[in-house]
Amino acid sequence: MQKVLIINENDNVAVAVQPLKKGDEVDINIKDQEGVDKIRVRQDIPFGHKIALKRIKKGERIIKYGQTIGKATKYIDKGEYIHVDNVESTKGRGDLQGK
Amino acid sequence: MNIYKYSGYPRRNGSVGIRNYIAAIPTVGCVNEVVSRIAKHVNGVVPILHHQGCCQLKPDIGTVTRVLEGLGKNPNVVAILLVSLGCEAVNVKEIEKQLKVLKPTQSICLQELGGITKTVEKGIKIAQSLTSSIPNVKSENKLSSLMVGLKCGASDATSGIASNPAVGVAVDRLIDNGATVIFGETTEILGAEDVLVKRTVNNRVGSKILKKIEEMEQRAKSMGVDMRGSQPTPGNIRGGLTTIEEKSLGAIIKSGTKPINGALEYGEQPSGRGLYFMDTPGREIEVLTGLASGGCQLILFTTGVGAPQGFPLCPVIKISGNRNTCAYLKEHIDVDVSTIISGEESLTEAGEKIFREIVKVASGKKVKAELLNYDTNGVNIDIYVKGPVI
Repeated sequence: MQKVLIINENDNVAVAVQPLKKGDEVDINIKDQEGVDKIRVRQDIPFGHKIALKRIKKGERIIKYGQTIGKATKYIDKGEYIHVDNVESTKGRGDLQGK
Repeated sequence: MNIYKYSGYPRRNGSVGIRNYIAAIPTVGCVNEVVSRIAKHVNGVVPILHHQGCCQLKPDIGTVTRVLEGLGKNPNVVAILLVSLGCEAVNVKEIEKQLKVLKPTQSICLQELGGITKTVEKGIKIAQSLTSSIPNVKSENKLSSLMVGLKCGASDATSGIASNPAVGVAVDRLIDNGATVIFGETTEILGAEDVLVKRTVNNRVGSKILKKIEEMEQRAKSMGVDMRGSQPTPGNIRGGLTTIEEKSLGAIIKSGTKPINGALEYGEQPSGRGLYFMDTPGREIEVLTGLASGGCQLILFTTGVGAPQGFPLCPVIKISGNRNTCAYLKEHIDVDVSTIISGEESLTEAGEKIFREIVKVASGKKVKAELLNYDTNGVNIDIYVKGPVI
């Protein structure tokens, strides 16, 4: 059974379809810039949560379904856990009005 | 079994019921208790309890009127008992007039009848007489007479990768067979609007969808807070959904790939067939009510971590792609599509499984929510209003 699911070829994140443990090596069947098709998991990632497929700069868009789902609030390393601690939405941000 | 036909109850106006209910509708929340007591005494009577109908601004009273009429018009309803207080803002005579031309409709008023005791007595008598008029003759019907609503609730990351895409496959099949499908949840389009607007049949429909999304976002922003924490919900976040954009993209997949023919107001009935968008919030209770008012005889409800809801007038088919949920909340899940994630079934196969279940349920097969008698008390209903209660 597959460990992660990449929904769209343009995505920079994948979904863990099994819980991933720190140090696990995950086969992603897609080669990155360096021609590598495996990822070293950097943190425990629960089932259904996301893992970074590439290095993502602060402010860079997070892509899933081939579409933008938010932007990185800090540098995210390949294999890192992607969630509310390092990604923010760009929609419905009443808290940013007037800033 | 012919999977392109279902057995239902033909109605006078050409629509087809897949269930036979007498709806007892309070025209204002003040008489919920009356309706509840009547319904307890007569089998087959469904109380449509809600909290609206008075002390609201005109647009909202308009919505409430439209939805009460819409629920009465739903093909699964054979007859209607309207119960009014007598001084509410909703125009009871107008609702009665609209419904009477379609099906047996009677109206009683608490202030005219002299209190709750007499109104309940009278209501029980009327409801009993309406029961005896329920037709039980079924006929074979084409899928083109079917209207199906879509909803996702208690979503997690499996919703967007398994249950919603599988429903999308079933929706495409329904549309190919001439059926009508309505999806709503305006909040959950936020962030995915460009993808959706590209599928609308013309600019008018696209602009209306964008306008509804903008209104929803403005209302959220007007509270001066970040929408996060409310949408996605804390449960969504625990399930792995990070932002509203991610939730939306995973949510709109359930509408399939067909063109979007129109954008409906909340609770409005579509004028044609095919795929429609309806302006609704994300919350279950108002979505299900709006879809039923739109005329849906049946609702497909995808869930990640599990939701129990049914709706008093429509069977609600629960579909989950989360293996744990399918096992642990087995009593609530009708179709297990976790097979997509494990690789045992393709998306197309899972979609076909849902399509076949739709036809079976339309022909009378009870869904889990019905077997559990979920909400025969009629409290899982509420009408979406946008203005203040004043």
